[in-house]
Amino acid sequence: MSPAMSLTAIGLVVVATIGIGLFGLRISRTTSDFYVASRAVTPRWNASAISGEYLSAASFLGVAGLVLVNGADMLWFSVGYTVGYLMLLVLVAAPLRRSGAYTLPDFAETRFESAMVRRICSGLVVGIGTLYLLPQLHGAGLTVQTVTGAPPDVGAAVVAVIVVFNVAAGGMRSITFVQAFQYWLKLTALATPVFVILIAWRSGEHPAGVLQSLQGAASEWSEPLSRAGGRDHPLYATYSLLLALCFGTMGLPHVLVRFYTNPDGRAARRTTVVVLALLGLFYLFPPMYAVLGRTFAPDLVSAGADTVVLELPNRIFPGTAGDLLGALVAAGAFAAFLSTSSGLTVAIAGVIDQDLLRSRLHRWTGGDYVAVNSFRIAALLSMTVPYVAFLFTGSLSLADTVGLAFAVAASTFCPLLVLGIWWRRMSTTGAAAGLVVGGVAASAAALINVLGGPDGGWPRALVGQPAAWTMPLAFVTVIVVSKLTPDKIPAGAARSMVRLHTPEAVDVDRGLPAR
Amino acid sequence: MHSLIQAQLRLTLAVIGGAAVVLGGIPLLFALVPATRTLSVLGLPLPWVILGIVVYPVVYVAARLYVRNAERIEAEFTEFVGRQ
Repeated sequence: MSPAMSLTAIGLVVVATIGIGLFGLRISRTTSDFYVASRAVTPRWNASAISGEYLSAASFLGVAGLVLVNGADMLWFSVGYTVGYLMLLVLVAAPLRRSGAYTLPDFAETRFESAMVRRICSGLVVGIGTLYLLPQLHGAGLTVQTVTGAPPDVGAAVVAVIVVFNVAAGGMRSITFVQAFQYWLKLTALATPVFVILIAWRSGEHPAGVLQSLQGAASEWSEPLSRAGGRDHPLYATYSLLLALCFGTMGLPHVLVRFYTNPDGRAARRTTVVVLALLGLFYLFPPMYAVLGRTFAPDLVSAGADTVVLELPNRIFPGTAGDLLGALVAAGAFAAFLSTSSGLTVAIAGVIDQDLLRSRLHRWTGGDYVAVNSFRIAALLSMTVPYVAFLFTGSLSLADTVGLAFAVAASTFCPLLVLGIWWRRMSTTGAAAGLVVGGVAASAAALINVLGGPDGGWPRALVGQPAAWTMPLAFVTVIVVSKLTPDKIPAGAARSMVRLHTPEAVDVDRGLPAR
Repeated sequence: MHSLIQAQLRLTLAVIGGAAVVLGGIPLLFALVPATRTLSVLGLPLPWVILGIVVYPVVYVAARLYVRNAERIEAEFTEFVGRQ
C-alpha cells in the first residue's frame, strides 16, 4: 500500500468537504438555514444526501468485515439497513414531515404536550448519537492506521476536528451538498475496484479462485445459520438483528433531521423511494469484498477483518494499480466517516443547543448572544463525549456497535413514533414509560457489549442482539401504561392526528406549526 | 378523517405483513429446509443470491407500489373534501 497516494486521496476528500462547507457558510445566514436548509432541497438531492449520510463506517468497512469472518448470516446487516427505510416509509415518513417539527424532541413535545417527554427524548438523541459516533471514530482510526501505520488516535482526531469545524461553519445547508457528493464518492470508491477485478478476472489474469470460496460446497462459511465465526443461536440472532435494523432506522437522530428538509409529506415519501434504490445499489458491493477476501486475504479473518475493503485492492494488484485503487477506497472510507459523523453531530448539536444551552446562555449573557454561536458551542460538545469514549474503548466491531445503536432506537423512538402517529389514545405517561423502560433495557445491553460482554451461549446472544426482547418490551409498556392512564391522553391528540395525516392540499385547521 | 387514517393504516400493515412473511420466512426456510442453505443458482449459493442481490429490487418495487397507493388514497380524500 502506498501511504503517499492514499493520504493525498484522503486529503482531497477533506479539502472538498471543507471547501463545500465554507461555500455553505456564505449562503447560510439564518438559524433556520442552519437546521434544515430552509426546507428547499429537491427529492433527488435530498435522497443522495440521506444515503450519503446513512452509509457509515459500518456499511463501508464493517459489513464486509463481518461477512468475511462470520459468513452468510451477516448479509442480513445490509438487508436490514435497507429495509429500515421501507419501514420508515410506510410508518412515519409523510406524517412526520406533516408534524412540522424539526427534531425528535420537537415531535414528542407537540404530540404529547409534555416538557418531560421532550427532555427524555433529548437525552436519548444524545445517547444514540454518541453510540453511533463511537464506531465512526474507530473506523477513521483504523483506516489511517492501515494506510500509514500511525496510531488510531490520529485518524479519529482528524475526523473529529473536521466534522466540528464543518458543522459549526455551515450547519445543514452545506451539509446537504457535502452529503450528496459523498454518496456518489462512496459508491464509486467501492464499485470501481470490484469492476477492475472482474475485468482482470475475465481477461484471464486471475483465473483462480474468485468464485471458488463461494462455490466450495464444504465451506460452512457460505451457509446461513452455520455458526461460522463462533456465533451461537444464529436463528435468534438473525431475527433480533433484523428487528433492530428494520425498526431502528426511523429512530436514528440524523435520519429524522434529514426528513424535515422535504417540502411536504408527498416529497418525503418520494425521497424515501429514491433512497431505497441508492442503498440497494450500494449494498451489492460489500459482500463481494468479503468473498474476494476469503480467497485473497484469508489472514484478515483472524485479525483486522474490518480492514478487508482497504487491503484488498493491493492484495490483488500489487503495484501502482493496487495503490491507486487502494487510495480511492481509503478516500471513500473517509467520506463515510465524515458524512455520517457530520449528520450525527448536526442532530446532537441541535438538541443540545435547543434544550440545554440556549436558555442558559440567554440567562448568563442577559440576552446578549447570537443564536448561531450557541449552536457552534453545542457542535463542539457533541463530539467531545464520543471522542473521550473512543480513547477509553479498545477495538470494536464497527457493524456490531452500530447495530446496538439501532437496537436502542428500535426500543425507544420506534414505539414513540409508530404509536404516536397511528394510535390516538396513547397517553403522555405511556410515552414516557415506554421511552424509559426500552431505553434502560437496550442501553444496558449496549453498554455491556461495548465494555466486553458475556462470552457465549444465551447470555451473549440476548445481550449482543437485544432488540428481540427490548423492542416488544417497550411497545407493551407504552400500551399497558396508556390503557391505565386514559386521563393523561393529550388534550390535542385528535387535532394532532388530523395534522399528521391530512395531505397538504387539503385546507384544515392544523393547529400551530412547531415554529 | 377517520377513514383516511384507517385506509392508510391498512395499507401500511399490508406492506409490513408482506415484509414479515417474505423476509421473516427466509431464515425460517433455511432453518427448516437445510437443503436450501447449499442450493446453487447460476453457480452461486441460493442464500447469497437472495440476500445479496434479489432482495433489493423487491424492496424497491414494494416501496413504489406503496407510494402509488398512499397517494391515491390521499387524492380520493382531497377530492371528497373538495366536493363537500
